Amino acid sequence: MIDRAAAVERGRPETVAAGTLRRAKRTVEAFLSESRLNALAVAIVALVLLLAVFGPLVAASPDQIDLSAVLQGPSVHHWFGTDAVGRDLFSRVVAGGRISIEVAVIILSLSVTFGTILGIVSGLLGGLADELIMRLTDLFLAFPGFILAAAIAATLGPSLEHTVLALAVVFWPWYTRLVRGQVLSLREREFVLASRLAGAGTMWIATRHLLRNVLPLVTIQVSLDVGYAILYTSSLSFLGLGAQPPSPEWGAIIIGGRGYLQTAWWWTTFPGLALAVTVLGFNLLGDGLRDWIDPRVRGSIGGVQE
Amino acid sequence: MGTFIARRLAFMVFVLWGVTLVTFFLSRVVPGDPARLMAGPQASPGAVAHISHIYGLDEPLFVQYGRYMRDLSQGNLGFSFVTRRNVSTDIASFLPATVELAGYALVVGFVLALVTATVAAYRRGTLTDVGGRLSAIAGLSVPAFWLALLLQLLFHTRLGWFPLGGRLDPGATPPPQITGLLTVDSLLTGRFGDFANAVSHLVLPVTTLAVGVYGLMVRIVRTSVIDALGEEYVRTAVAKGLSRWRVLRRHVLRNAMLPTVTVLGLEFGLLAAGVFVVESIFQWPGLGNYAFQAIQANDYSATLGATLVIAAMYVIVNLIVDLAYLYLDPRIRYA
Repeated sequence: MIDRAAAVERGRPETVAAGTLRRAKRTVEAFLSESRLNALAVAIVALVLLLAVFGPLVAASPDQIDLSAVLQGPSVHHWFGTDAVGRDLFSRVVAGGRISIEVAVIILSLSVTFGTILGIVSGLLGGLADELIMRLTDLFLAFPGFILAAAIAATLGPSLEHTVLALAVVFWPWYTRLVRGQVLSLREREFVLASRLAGAGTMWIATRHLLRNVLPLVTIQVSLDVGYAILYTSSLSFLGLGAQPPSPEWGAIIIGGRGYLQTAWWWTTFPGLALAVTVLGFNLLGDGLRDWIDPRVRGSIGGVQE
Repeated sequence: MGTFIARRLAFMVFVLWGVTLVTFFLSRVVPGDPARLMAGPQASPGAVAHISHIYGLDEPLFVQYGRYMRDLSQGNLGFSFVTRRNVSTDIASFLPATVELAGYALVVGFVLALVTATVAAYRRGTLTDVGGRLSAIAGLSVPAFWLALLLQLLFHTRLGWFPLGGRLDPGATPPPQITGLLTVDSLLTGRFGDFANAVSHLVLPVTTLAVGVYGLMVRIVRTSVIDALGEEYVRTAVAKGLSRWRVLRRHVLRNAMLPTVTVLGLEFGLLAAGVFVVESIFQWPGLGNYAFQAIQANDYSATLGATLVIAAMYVIVNLIVDLAYLYLDPRIRYA
């Protein structure tokens, strides 16, 4: 506000879009300067996302078999070496990153959509609906997540699609619980009551007021969950429950390399390193965001939008 | 407090009942006909129908659920057609190996986390603190299956310091079973050779699991040590001239221990996942490896039996955590 007024005084009126952009830029800068680890997190996540999007431009085909270059160690031609049929492991690791990001996006979109809708319904309607939904979430939270996912994936039959479904089943209750808690406190706030008095319908209140205000917290939770979604997907693939070889999914590459542990250390080492660094990046980002937006530390960021 | 415990117990019964519903439902959506799996691929349609009838798979779902619950109340988790034994017998025989593995991992991870977190809290904001936080998040991010393979590569294949897997050397006779924990039983019966053997087999899998435990613990211990350091009783203790070590041990750590109890439920979930992966890599004859083999063989009674037992243990651990917290901190009164 003040900035825009200052800009007007300088005779250079600022558009609303430019103002938003500038505030966003300042927010990012503040986050980066908060801790060295935040900068590290953003760097890793940016690199992973760039490789996932532009990977096919920098890496060769992940499925190109070359029987004249079998089990070669890391070199200038093959940065991460080659596997037993001469496929370039760097290209496969890059392709695997793309799969991991896609899978994480699908898992979290499913669970956030489902979990948020149920959370808003539960918190807004109360009564029997609330009771039923909350007991349902309790039920799903009664299982250790990975074990439930493994059991579901195992009963549905091993495939990447079933792993995605299984993990969505594991993640949604956390969002329902988080959103419901927020809705319970928001629905008594003046702006919601005023809107209701003004004749707004339940649907209007849910989408205009509640959804907007639960989004910041949901975003933090997503950033904390991306790493786990990627880690669980690869672990399930490694156990034979997810992506099947010859898929370049990281867990699936590592199963292939397991039999060559003694002769080709690079085959398991590099895909695992990529997985570990990616998960580390997202976990650092989520952790940094959680600390940064902690209401005790900072009131304005997660503030209410009326 | 009485009402809280009663409500919490009632809630636990409800959740356990729900857990049976979920596992029952999962056991009925199994792709392919369970009767066909049991009969084998060469069986005639008549034989499959016969098996289907024997196991009641042709009856309405609620009748089947009733029988499932009746069997369950008698401790019958079904029959594993891989081991050709009752699933409950299998689980009872594999459980001690898992308890031993997970128990040591919990202790090792916790002690390491305690040291790191205390140092980080005392040097808050320094590079040491940042390094401690980074190491904790790294511990949570490293895939257990990959770490296990790297440890095998380095310490078995390259250096030859530790065995590749199993609980004892092949051919070694285990000590007489007392607790089922080899390190305890071998000491109780004075078989020190077996003890050393068991320990050398524990090192790599315990290390793999402990890394995750460490990652989860550091954050909460660090925060609570920082909180404790700001308390007036600590300032008083320092002011009256107690040594730094004594203040740390008697005043800071004793109070900082409390919040760590709350993450034990999470630790259990993390260990359950870790055990699953680590046991299958180290050929550890425990519950995780059993469940893994069952999944591979499409042995759904065993898969769901193991899932049910792990979920039940998880629910009970969470109940104990809540009650322990109530007992440890009398200021807390649940509504």
